[in-house]
Amino acid sequence: MAKQYETVIGLEVHVELATKTKIFCSCSTEFGGAPNTHTCPVCTGMPGSLPVLNKQVVEYAVAIGLATDCEITRVCKFDRKNYFYPDNPQNYQISQLYLPIARNGYVEIEVGDTKKRVRIHEMHMEEDAGKLIHDEWDDTSLVDYNRSGVPLVEIVSEPDMRSADEVIAYLEKLRMIIQYLGASDCKLQEGSMRADVNLSVREAGTKEFGTRTEMKNLNSFKAIARAVEGERERQIELLEAGKAVVQETRRWDDNKEFSYAMRSKEDAQDYRYFPEPDLVPIIIEDEWIEKIRSRQPELQTEKLKRYRKEFDIPEYDAKIITGSKSMADIFEAAAAICGKPKKVSNWLMVETLRLLKDHNMEPEEISFAPENLAKLVDLTEAGIINNSVAKEVFEKIFLENIDPRVYVEEHGLKTVNDEGALEEVLKKVIADNPQAVEDYRGGKEKALGALVGQTMKAMRGKANPGMVNQKLREMI
Amino acid sequence: MANKISDETIEYVGILAKLELSGEEKANAKADMEKMLDYIDTLNELDTEGIEPMSHVFPVNNVFREDAASCIDGSEDTLANAPLKKENCFKVPKTIG
Repeated sequence: MAKQYETVIGLEVHVELATKTKIFCSCSTEFGGAPNTHTCPVCTGMPGSLPVLNKQVVEYAVAIGLATDCEITRVCKFDRKNYFYPDNPQNYQISQLYLPIARNGYVEIEVGDTKKRVRIHEMHMEEDAGKLIHDEWDDTSLVDYNRSGVPLVEIVSEPDMRSADEVIAYLEKLRMIIQYLGASDCKLQEGSMRADVNLSVREAGTKEFGTRTEMKNLNSFKAIARAVEGERERQIELLEAGKAVVQETRRWDDNKEFSYAMRSKEDAQDYRYFPEPDLVPIIIEDEWIEKIRSRQPELQTEKLKRYRKEFDIPEYDAKIITGSKSMADIFEAAAAICGKPKKVSNWLMVETLRLLKDHNMEPEEISFAPENLAKLVDLTEAGIINNSVAKEVFEKIFLENIDPRVYVEEHGLKTVNDEGALEEVLKKVIADNPQAVEDYRGGKEKALGALVGQTMKAMRGKANPGMVNQKLREMI
Repeated sequence: MANKISDETIEYVGILAKLELSGEEKANAKADMEKMLDYIDTLNELDTEGIEPMSHVFPVNNVFREDAASCIDGSEDTLANAPLKKENCFKVPKTIG
């Protein structure tokens, strides 16, 4: 029998914090400015410049630490990690090695029906590097330091994951917690959340870990899942062929679905870490922690409990809605305006999820105003528009954030409740479809559906289907 | 207690520091590094049992900035001394992340 292998995965997740300014200077952290416009002597490593820590960075890091059950390090320091690379203008990165801000936490993940804990080894604060852009024209690299000094929290998990599904569940959970805290927008595509995957395989049942590789350049959940599968296969093939896995950093190419070796991994000692002399220690007293704790917003677990108490919606729906801070915010705002949580929930669960899927979007990208959804619910409930028109209008709300009242008015989409007008149309439909009328009279209930359809079509979808049904029965 | 630095170590440290050294420079660097390590050995003779490592000379903690942006376009000063530049960026030899 072929050998069975177990995959062992640990993650290093970098999250760009949502501060207005960089970690050690007052430059803006805004994404997408013209190259090098958000720079100063501090974030470009000019000699003689002095970094000063942004207080908000510590507060966000502590907030994430508390939300993931970590112990907060009371005496915390920064260290220098030395390496030479053009995206790093100081020739060192200010990071934390010896006394990281938080340690020993966990998050609970759910895959299928199985719940499990993924332990967090530690969490540290550090600065981001600049960006290298390859210049095809003269085969050089261009360096933009706008991102240099943007605050990051690196969250290092224990090697507790065993499959791509568990990796995705862990990342989704982390992302949700951090988005709820407002500590980062966690957009993988824009790089405000990045994951490096440490992976090794071992024969099922063995205790020791195999040699691991680290994979970088993973910028979507799908790419991460593919990279995990690909690297697992690659390592198993090596072992089966009697070869050894080399400890190295590999770069995943999602187009080719293949990873290649970047460099043999430098050991911690090669970075010549030492305490950062330009920054003083951070002492975190109980009082400060309690203040941050008291400001923590309602997280998903609590929200879920409250929804079940306050709103009459199915548990599954509540779980999906609270699974994204953006969805939960829209739900609560729209439900408060129209007073019909169940209807609002239906629009989110059915049409919103469908449109997100169709347009390949994340819930965080939803841009319509909750007021417009609330208005749509009111319009439908009052019978001013019918369900099929409402779906069409909702798509407009979702895509263009239109005001449904104005839209319905301008496009003449109101349901026609005028019996006289309806009767005229019905007469014509009956006259034009003698066969269907005969069939219905002969007992074929289905034939009525065809006639209703014809009528709706003739009235361009604006008739009240219940009324059409009733009238038809009367008239035949 | 003379420390010895091997040729491999000098080679490796050179790679980490991105330096290309001539044979003579390597020999000099080796001698310097051996002296430095000897000096560290002298420091190691001190008994530091129970003494907390000091990371900073001033008895000051918790120096913070508030998170308020100053919106000044720093690109001109930042690029002022760039040996090569293009499109508001530093231009460097091709580097693949």
